[in-house]
Amino acid sequence: MINVNPFAELSASVPPAVMQTFVIVMILLVAAGTLFDIIHKGSAKYFFENWRKSRSKGVKEVDGGEMVSIAVKTGLVDVLLSGEFCNARRRIAHLLTMYGFVIYVVTTALMIFGYPTTATATPTILPQLWWIGGLMICVGGYWFWFFIRVDVAVEGGSPFRLMRADLFILSLLASVTLGLIWAYLQTRGGSGATVFFGLYIIATTVLFGSVPWSKFAHMFFKPAAAFEKRVSKADGTDNLPTLTRDDPEQQKRHSMELLRDAPADMGLGIKREAPRHY
Amino acid sequence: MPTFVYMTKCDGCGHCVDICPSDIMHIDPTTRRAYNIEPSMCWECFACVKACPQDAIDVRGYADFAPLGHSVRVNRDEAKGTIAWKIKFRNGTEKNFLSPITTKPWGTAIPKLADVSGPSQEMRDSELLYSEPKYIRMDDGGLHTLKSNGLKLKKGVYY
Repeated sequence: MINVNPFAELSASVPPAVMQTFVIVMILLVAAGTLFDIIHKGSAKYFFENWRKSRSKGVKEVDGGEMVSIAVKTGLVDVLLSGEFCNARRRIAHLLTMYGFVIYVVTTALMIFGYPTTATATPTILPQLWWIGGLMICVGGYWFWFFIRVDVAVEGGSPFRLMRADLFILSLLASVTLGLIWAYLQTRGGSGATVFFGLYIIATTVLFGSVPWSKFAHMFFKPAAAFEKRVSKADGTDNLPTLTRDDPEQQKRHSMELLRDAPADMGLGIKREAPRHY
Repeated sequence: MPTFVYMTKCDGCGHCVDICPSDIMHIDPTTRRAYNIEPSMCWECFACVKACPQDAIDVRGYADFAPLGHSVRVNRDEAKGTIAWKIKFRNGTEKNFLSPITTKPWGTAIPKLADVSGPSQEMRDSELLYSEPKYIRMDDGGLHTLKSNGLKLKKGVYY
């Protein structure tokens, strides 16, 4: 099951050209949806206006080298490691879902364009990665949906209360879950594979076609916002306090006597416990 | 000076909801980001401001230096055991403070909220805030009034 390219098997009933056209249409839908989102909400316009305004108010000059270093840090910490999440469980769930999605999408495209029929043998690593990616999305996504998301974990709300903000996560989970069930049934030759394939195509179309209304585009907006956040900290426009205990002058202050014998690193404090004392 | 949330900085972690003694920090049901549901019920303890790991909560300044260009920001560095405040007045004056954190460990304060049982579903669904029935005596003989306390209003002062 896990070693079989489900799209090559499907080529017996659906021509590879149709599958390839579907993938291209999905890519175009994401591109068009994101552009529409940017124009309709004016988010890019706001971002660059805010950027110009903030930089002119900066109390410290951030040079080109520092800007590059901030960009690298944003890429490594905030994007690749989901470093913005302060809740460790949310961060792990996000990493699982994000990398699962990347693996799943890339292997889907490779199998559909590289090995579309059974005539060309698919390297077993590709379907294996496709399954692993899909399962990573399911683990991260369902864990987030039922246990981690804030209105369930913190507000005690029902996990079955749905709203438009859930469009992305729900269509993603539906698409992947139905895709895995379809692949499983098709390999086993069981009945119902066609029904699940139809549902899989509907959920996938909703996922990629609903970009202007869903949270899909956060994968493009979030890195920009994270970069801006780091720059505003570096140039002082966020107005955050800068005094620290590392400064010898501050250590001499009367109020600091309490910390005279305290260790330099006193631990996590409130972050030690998950917020569930409501 | 009640608190407010920068929605774009909040990541909906729930620390402020957890720590607010007045139960007014909640998660917006649409955006899933925190917000202060009732600033007039804010105790101004700033527990949420200090607890926020994203520096997403700020203090709304009083009218003497708000709203033009003022800013009240805090950074609670738990690893170093300090809390730093930066107050920027509307005339450009800036004041910086650094103090040790004196927060007591969870469960050691009085009342010991760790021992209080969690709210029932009925309480969760209610519009009333935590302890609100008790503080306005809804469960103890009704609201306090001047009459029930034997007071009369004279020239705007209670005697």
